Amino acid sequence: HEVEKMFTLKPGRLPQADVKNVIFFVRPKLELMDIITDNVLREDRGRSPQRDFHILFVPRRSLLCEQWLKEQGVLGSFIHREQYSLDLIPFDGDLLSMESESAFKECYLESDQTSLYHAAKGLMTLQALYGTIPQIFGKGECARHVANMMIRMKREFPGSQNSIFPIFDTLLLLDRNVDLLTPLATQLTYEGLIDEIYGIQNTYVKLPPEKFAPKKQGEGGKDLPTEPKKLQLNSAEELYAEIRDKNFNAVGSVLSKKAKIISAAFEERHHAKTVGEIKQFVSQLPHMQAARSSLANHTSIAELIKDITTSEDFFDNLTVEQEFMSGIDTDKVNNYIEDCIAQKHPLIKILRLVCLQSVCNSGLKQKVLDHYKREILQTYGYEHILTLNNLEKAGLLKPQTSGRNNYPTIRKTLRLWMDDVNEQNPNDISYVYSGYAPLSVRLAQLLARPGWRSIEEVLKMLPGPHFEERQQLPTGLQKKRQHGENRVTLVFFLGGVTYAEIAALRFLSQMEDGGTEYVIATTKLINGTSWIKSLMEKLEPAPF
Amino acid sequence: LKESKRAVNSLRDIVDDDDDDDDLERVSWSGEPVGSISWSIKETASSSSSSLEGRDSSLQKGSSSYAAFPKQVSSYSLSSLFKGRNKLPSFQSFSDALSDMGVKNYAPELRRPKAEYKDYSSDWSPKDTVRRMQRGKVCSLERFRSLQDKLVLLDEAVAGHDGNVITAVLIFLKRTLRREILFRELEVRQVALCHLIHFLKETGEQKLLLDLLRFLDRTEEVALSQYREHLNIQDVEKRREFLKGCIGLPFSAEDTSHIQDHYTLLERQIIIEAHDRHLEAAGQSEIFRKYPRKASILNMPLVTTLFYSCFYHYTEAEGTFSSPTNLKKTFKIPDKQYVLTALAARAKLRAWDDVDALFTTKNWLGYTKKKAPIGFHRVVEILQRNNAPVQVLQEYVRLVEDVEIRLNLATKYKCHDVVIETYRDLKDRIQLTAYKCKVERGSAEEEKINSILNN
Repeated sequence: HEVEKMFTLKPGRLPQADVKNVIFFVRPKLELMDIITDNVLREDRGRSPQRDFHILFVPRRSLLCEQWLKEQGVLGSFIHREQYSLDLIPFDGDLLSMESESAFKECYLESDQTSLYHAAKGLMTLQALYGTIPQIFGKGECARHVANMMIRMKREFPGSQNSIFPIFDTLLLLDRNVDLLTPLATQLTYEGLIDEIYGIQNTYVKLPPEKFAPKKQGEGGKDLPTEPKKLQLNSAEELYAEIRDKNFNAVGSVLSKKAKIISAAFEERHHAKTVGEIKQFVSQLPHMQAARSSLANHTSIAELIKDITTSEDFFDNLTVEQEFMSGIDTDKVNNYIEDCIAQKHPLIKILRLVCLQSVCNSGLKQKVLDHYKREILQTYGYEHILTLNNLEKAGLLKPQTSGRNNYPTIRKTLRLWMDDVNEQNPNDISYVYSGYAPLSVRLAQLLARPGWRSIEEVLKMLPGPHFEERQQLPTGLQKKRQHGENRVTLVFFLGGVTYAEIAALRFLSQMEDGGTEYVIATTKLINGTSWIKSLMEKLEPAPF
Repeated sequence: LKESKRAVNSLRDIVDDDDDDDDLERVSWSGEPVGSISWSIKETASSSSSSLEGRDSSLQKGSSSYAAFPKQVSSYSLSSLFKGRNKLPSFQSFSDALSDMGVKNYAPELRRPKAEYKDYSSDWSPKDTVRRMQRGKVCSLERFRSLQDKLVLLDEAVAGHDGNVITAVLIFLKRTLRREILFRELEVRQVALCHLIHFLKETGEQKLLLDLLRFLDRTEEVALSQYREHLNIQDVEKRREFLKGCIGLPFSAEDTSHIQDHYTLLERQIIIEAHDRHLEAAGQSEIFRKYPRKASILNMPLVTTLFYSCFYHYTEAEGTFSSPTNLKKTFKIPDKQYVLTALAARAKLRAWDDVDALFTTKNWLGYTKKKAPIGFHRVVEILQRNNAPVQVLQEYVRLVEDVEIRLNLATKYKCHDVVIETYRDLKDRIQLTAYKCKVERGSAEEEKINSILNN
């Protein structure tokens, strides 16, 4: 497309580039409009040749943003104002995300359904590519809205009826607030832990460089790199695909087995005698080098993670989480949490724990809630009243209204806590949290077999309606399933999904006689920290 | 992990590393890991490896403010991004389906004829106008003059679920309707109402937002919304005034007391700050000379302020604003929190007598005994972190109730007397004998052990 250069959006003067057109490729956020305004105003009008400005909004134009630009007096500087409908971005062979950070906050705190509209549009695109999805199941208010939008869009754009053989049998729409518990708990899969500790951004992770420094013979520890080591993580890397969804405690043995295989492969060079054999060995070298490099990286990452998971604080934190999730002492002020507040641990860690306690107790007793709130405000500052208010609105940290705790019933009926979890050779999805089976994935599992009718009572205890819709397929495209062929279900998490839940769904997919394979879509890939952060009030005043 | 690390390191010697300069683990989207055979065949065939190399080296200069991405051979076109991986047999038909349909890629075109935008006809009904707006066409809304028309337009926009269009219509209505009418109509239109509130928050139109919330009687939200504004006030005096004004707002009962505390705290901090800055500058006070302040106390949380007060103003009488006891009383700080904070501050100053006094109480007979609202193991932890001498540490290890923890800590921090006494009380000869090797030859401790063993 004749793009000369690409730069990251920053305030200040635009960099030098000998081009005629400058295109701003942005999400429709007001803060970004301020930066663009700055860029445009600082542009040297005297230069020749003059550059033309254009703006591309992803995924949609926003009249609010254009209004803002108009008020700043720069709207007229743009020759083209367009949109680029990138709704769902593929992250892997079975994973799509809209990467909309504010979706949860907008939907559940502000009742703004714009991201749901984009989700529906993304689903329409998927159906145009892969065929109409004949069955839609959903649980939650937002799920209901998305389904309604999809049906309406199909009615209003009849041209989208296509003759593609349907790939997906079922669509399952799930509101994040049906399962507020799962993102709060610390993930224990390999990929989940990398995200919890270092944060995976768009499949990249930045790691402390010390363990990745090449130790060439003869050189001492001089010239240690200071730049963080950046790695890409996806299933195209064989080793990563094998270990990413395993419980972290099972990763070590995979790595050591791999090490033996690779060592043996390299040893082959001693056995290569003929020219032909040597030639073959050499041709394999790039692949073996890649495998060795992959092993080196993941051994280092695993060491980094192990330092954290074997620490006393990690253990204490996990113990309290598991106590709450198995229903122990959720109705009193917890000593460990109080100690952490007293030692001024990071606020997000505290918030995750108190919210977890609240969710596992269907809300805290007023006295307990007031006690925590007071301690938090006194230790971290009164301005955090605003964040605490948001958390209450989202249902994460609230007083117990009905005087009843539903969680034990939900936990028992859906078998959310499994004592006999096997981390090495799991037989149940509860391995991803070493005992706790993610509620959302349990719902998907039970939908496939034996169906939601068996858990009607429990479903009523969870927020939002549950429903089923059918979409007409043109005759001739009805899917006839072969014996033993799996159904394909697309699970769409409205409000965010964690890597641990993805791992759990992948586990279900590869189960021997599971019967269903899963593809996962979401508004955003999240972990407990990034999720709570998106609900916190921005406390610093805006820079402009 | 150790095994794999060994293998990795031994392999380093065999294989010449030329890929350690990479910042990125590169994997191409067609699924081949960079460096694999199939990948290298593809790359040499298309002879684009040089441009990929260039990309690597420019990305390594990541610290420069603009990392330029030179032009790429596009194996990253949008169509390839939409290809699924052929992991599942049922997905076999993806790329087939795509090519069958003749739909090659899904990147929307960048240029469209201008005619598509111009609104040549002026006769679109509200419903059609909304339809057109949903498709991204610019529409003038000015022709909708009557209230009736405007409301139909709004309802159509809401029914379409498109937030963008709803916002556009609201911007128009905000401009062309009297406030009371707008509020009244929105009160019965929840979705539109939420959109407007969100819009006003985004654009910072605080006054209109508060008026709207007051109209709706959403009093708590009004209060919180107004309180939020204090973050935009940098000047401390002005912020204090503002917070004072917030106190009467309709917060919940609990929140009201917090807002009150916030105001009171800032008021105190201003007084303390002014006073202490003066003291420090005058140079007469020893504590400020020895430990110059690293930051101002303004806008710090309550507990931080208490720590500061225990550090710099510990001995002051309750009457002064900066005394710790005054803070405790005014803000009803629980004993536990108070003791912990005071302990941390006095331990930092190595004021062991003050630490002692914190835990000593006289009972009615005049006897002193030690007790603490927190476990003594916590006390030991904090003392140890501040490098308390063993004699001091020992006193408190001795007070730890749980025997196992006591032994643990005593052994860890070499509080020999406590270890010895505990084993003696447990009547554990074996452990006591074993412990002999941990103490110095000929020391008082060794003698103590021997005398106990011999009895």
